[in-house]
Amino acid sequence: MLPDDLRYSREHEWVRVDGLQATIGITGFAADELGDIVFVELPEVGSRLTQFATFGVVESVKAVSDLYSPISGVVSEVNQALRESPELLNSDPFAAGWIARVAMADVAELDALLDSRSYAELTAG
Amino acid sequence: MLSAIGVSSLDDLFADIPATVRATRFEVPPPLTEQEVRAELARLADRNALPRISFLGAGAYRHLVPSVVGEVIGRSEFSTSYTPYQPEVSQGTLQSIYEFQSLICELTGMEVATASHYDGATATAEAALMACRLTRRDRIAISSAVNPQVRRVVETYCSGPGIEVVVVPADLAAGGSGLTGPDVAGGILDAGFACLVAQQPNFFGGIEPMRELAEAAHAVGAQFVAVVEPTSLALLQAPGEYGADIVAAEGQPLGIPLSYGGPYVGLMAARMESVRQMPGRLVGATSDAKGRRGYVLTLQAREQHIRREKAASNICTNQALCALAAATYLTAVGPAGLREVAELSVTQARHLAAAIEAAGLGERRFSAAYFAEVAIQLPDAARRHAELARQGIVGGYLIERDYPELRDTLLLAATELTRDEEIDAFVAALRATR
Amino acid sequence: MGGELTVVEPLIFAASHPGRRAVRFPVASAVAASAAAGQPALPAAQLRSRAARLPEVSELDLLRHFNRLSHLNHAIDLGFYPLGSCTMKYNPKVNEWAARLPGLAESHPLDPDELAQGSLELEWLLAELLKEISGFAALSLQPAAGAHGELTGLLMARAYHRSRGDAATRTKVLVPDSSHGTNPATATMVGYSAVTIPSNDRGGIDLAALKAALGPDTAALMITNPSTLGIFEDQIDQVLSAVKAAGAIAYMDGANLNAILGRFRPGEAGFDVMHFNLHKTFSTPHGGGGPGAGPVGVSERLAPFLPGPLPMLADGDPEAVIRNAWRGRSTPDARFALEAADARPSAIGRVRSFTGNFGMFVRAYTYIRSNGDAGLRQVSNDAVLAANYLRVQLAGSFDLPYDRICKHEVVLSGRRQKREHGVSTLDMAKAILDHRIHPPTIYFPLIVEEAMMIEPTETESLETLDRFVETMRAIAEQAASDPDALRGAPLTTPVGRLDEATAARRPDLRHEFGAT
Repeated sequence: MLPDDLRYSREHEWVRVDGLQATIGITGFAADELGDIVFVELPEVGSRLTQFATFGVVESVKAVSDLYSPISGVVSEVNQALRESPELLNSDPFAAGWIARVAMADVAELDALLDSRSYAELTAG
Repeated sequence: MLSAIGVSSLDDLFADIPATVRATRFEVPPPLTEQEVRAELARLADRNALPRISFLGAGAYRHLVPSVVGEVIGRSEFSTSYTPYQPEVSQGTLQSIYEFQSLICELTGMEVATASHYDGATATAEAALMACRLTRRDRIAISSAVNPQVRRVVETYCSGPGIEVVVVPADLAAGGSGLTGPDVAGGILDAGFACLVAQQPNFFGGIEPMRELAEAAHAVGAQFVAVVEPTSLALLQAPGEYGADIVAAEGQPLGIPLSYGGPYVGLMAARMESVRQMPGRLVGATSDAKGRRGYVLTLQAREQHIRREKAASNICTNQALCALAAATYLTAVGPAGLREVAELSVTQARHLAAAIEAAGLGERRFSAAYFAEVAIQLPDAARRHAELARQGIVGGYLIERDYPELRDTLLLAATELTRDEEIDAFVAALRATR
Repeated sequence: MGGELTVVEPLIFAASHPGRRAVRFPVASAVAASAAAGQPALPAAQLRSRAARLPEVSELDLLRHFNRLSHLNHAIDLGFYPLGSCTMKYNPKVNEWAARLPGLAESHPLDPDELAQGSLELEWLLAELLKEISGFAALSLQPAAGAHGELTGLLMARAYHRSRGDAATRTKVLVPDSSHGTNPATATMVGYSAVTIPSNDRGGIDLAALKAALGPDTAALMITNPSTLGIFEDQIDQVLSAVKAAGAIAYMDGANLNAILGRFRPGEAGFDVMHFNLHKTFSTPHGGGGPGAGPVGVSERLAPFLPGPLPMLADGDPEAVIRNAWRGRSTPDARFALEAADARPSAIGRVRSFTGNFGMFVRAYTYIRSNGDAGLRQVSNDAVLAANYLRVQLAGSFDLPYDRICKHEVVLSGRRQKREHGVSTLDMAKAILDHRIHPPTIYFPLIVEEAMMIEPTETESLETLDRFVETMRAIAEQAASDPDALRGAPLTTPVGRLDEATAARRPDLRHEFGAT
């Protein structure tokens, strides 16, 4: 179930890399833990993200969780669909539920992230 | 039961209290039967000498509490239930709060109202902190014509996160307007201010230029927090009409007895775009799997039990039964009744002021129009106020208690309960104290 | 949206018809109108343009509406309500009789003190009783709820540290991982950062972890005792010594006082400050979410910082006043007054208007005088007895995370049912609703998986407790034999499980006029 072409953080975010552009989101595991997601506080376009620092908040009916950026860079686009339909994070977290597109500052940061197998092990326990 | 638990005495259940910290005394008086405890409470009630005539307001007002309000809040299904965390068995509470929220929005002209706060003062303080969160600024401005107790509470709450409170001086000189000047406010406000807080009617009963004050706040990107008296909204513009961003109010005039200061109910309302920064509970409408309409506590992720140290406020228990009283009151009086309450209060306040002026006993300190409370200057006010009190007449509030520069000034309030005979008797008694 | 849904009880707005109303008021007399005419008129530009669309209903329709709504509620006066941490005990009706006495209900908070001697004496006597019960030296009745008391307590702690010159370095408040959410939320409101201390495997605070966290940067420890697990901190003496040694303030969340009346006095034991919940231990009604009252008791070193003005005995001998009051008599030469505004310059300032939720003071005072020393001791004895009885009776059906004597509440876990049958604590709670019993508190404290916190209180009969045990055992069995039935519960309540996700995603928070 876990897409192979992504990198993962220990805080349950994923990154899809396309040259110097990255797309980030949260994993299905995180979405399941949260339950029905009702709101996402999206970062502002143009804002600067730092790897592993908080960049937004995701709320479910019964919980709230900070979002930690898996990579550093500048936000070039946010997924406006999440404003109307935050439930996309539950139904399609790895594709239609993407959160932001980021112009990556340092590709080497990806080395600090997990591949799909390591992330699967992390969440199996 | 003890044997089922597997211990031989009640004391065994408390054996884990370390000996060094056990209570060494508990000198509470012996139990009383119902008739004895009734006598004791009657003794205390009788020690209060309720005034036979009173024009005291200053933040708490003597209004008619319709009989039906007591009937509704006396129902133990409402009073002995808890916060509606299990909505399936709490639809009575939840729907009544939804109706309350709707009524407050309608009265204030705002888009969302909370389920209540402790009182108007804490609601105002929470509104100021909310403005700071919305604007990410750390200074607030507040008119000196806002109720002094409200200002004290705002200061206390702002001291928590270190928000600076700057006072905008109202024109309180003798013969002045008694109002907050938009130019004065504009001169103080800058882009460092999260909000301007003004009260309508203000503490002295004066009718403030709220639209212009809102403009002064908006000119620097600050929020305008309007602190309003709810019955006045039958006649005066709703805050939503003049550009208020957040509204706070003391709801006591809406069917809640004076009861020596509490429990009262704080009202708060705002625009929908700010809802996620609103403190306090919110009830929302939804449905169940069988297509039945139902109500639930919603947007709970704002609150302390979920967000914990990141919550906007720590508020948990609010004033739900008092909110129910207010909702019942507004439903019982309806738009016509609320208008009658306001009109009669306004007329009697003017009748009182006119009678005092006609008798040559005093004059209005301020020139501006007032609502149902008026500041009257008269010589030797403190002594005369005390003499009247000894006769069971409370001649309003001695303003110098909070504004030392406003000596010899009484704040007199009238409501729909104020009778012509009371005004006549007061004037006569006042004359006799000269 | 409104058209297709079945409505259990329509909104009051649906009963509105133009021209109807429940209450009318007199019109101003000709004399009054004429006198008023000479005064400044309300400015035309500031008059309301459109009247508020308040409902226009008859008194009968109003009453029927609210009566029908009330029928949709469960309440203590209808059935068992074992919500852990809330102390849903019976609210004696003589308290209501007292609160309605006109002499008390019609007393204006700003009346001159000589007209309010009854109100002031009641507040003074209640403070004396709460101090005696808790062992604290001084007390303010001002805070309106427990969380409000917590805010007051931490503001006083900060004022204390400022007075000693080290407030700038003391930036942290320690809270156990089992704490109520209000504790860390309060820390944030006062500009502190909350540090979480783990609990040990016996359900108490981990003393070693606490000692490691305590330091010159600690402003306070906030701890509930008995804890939210219903367990008394049996190392509380060492906890308090460690906190004192670090120069920090020891704050006790008094929500669980129902367990320890007459047995443990926090002020005597060494706490600096505690809030009471009058709506828990002292029987004032919960009201569907308030009003409550959260007075704070303090040690001598925090007394200067209490929010005022406090009611005081201005003239008269306090011993005589108390002696007489305990015998139901007034003391003729006693005179009560609110302290002067500048009486305690170190006070933290007001936390609310006036002196507090006086109506709740009347009820709590009535309760304490009715029960007296013997009655209050029995309250805790019976509350603890009932909770332990439930503990042993239910330990066979559910996991018991801490297998030891509890106090007034017991925490069970629905972990077994979740793992073996896929039935959650939420499902079981919804099933309990069908038995006309309110479920326990669920999913709190956070450190217990699938938590159920059960607090029976002392006012329930053995028959009620046994019926609850039968119900819970039946539900545990049903989790194994017919889990789908539990997942579909409740079936007999006015509404079933509600769509909370949509309520949060597309909030509908008020009636839209024109859509009736």
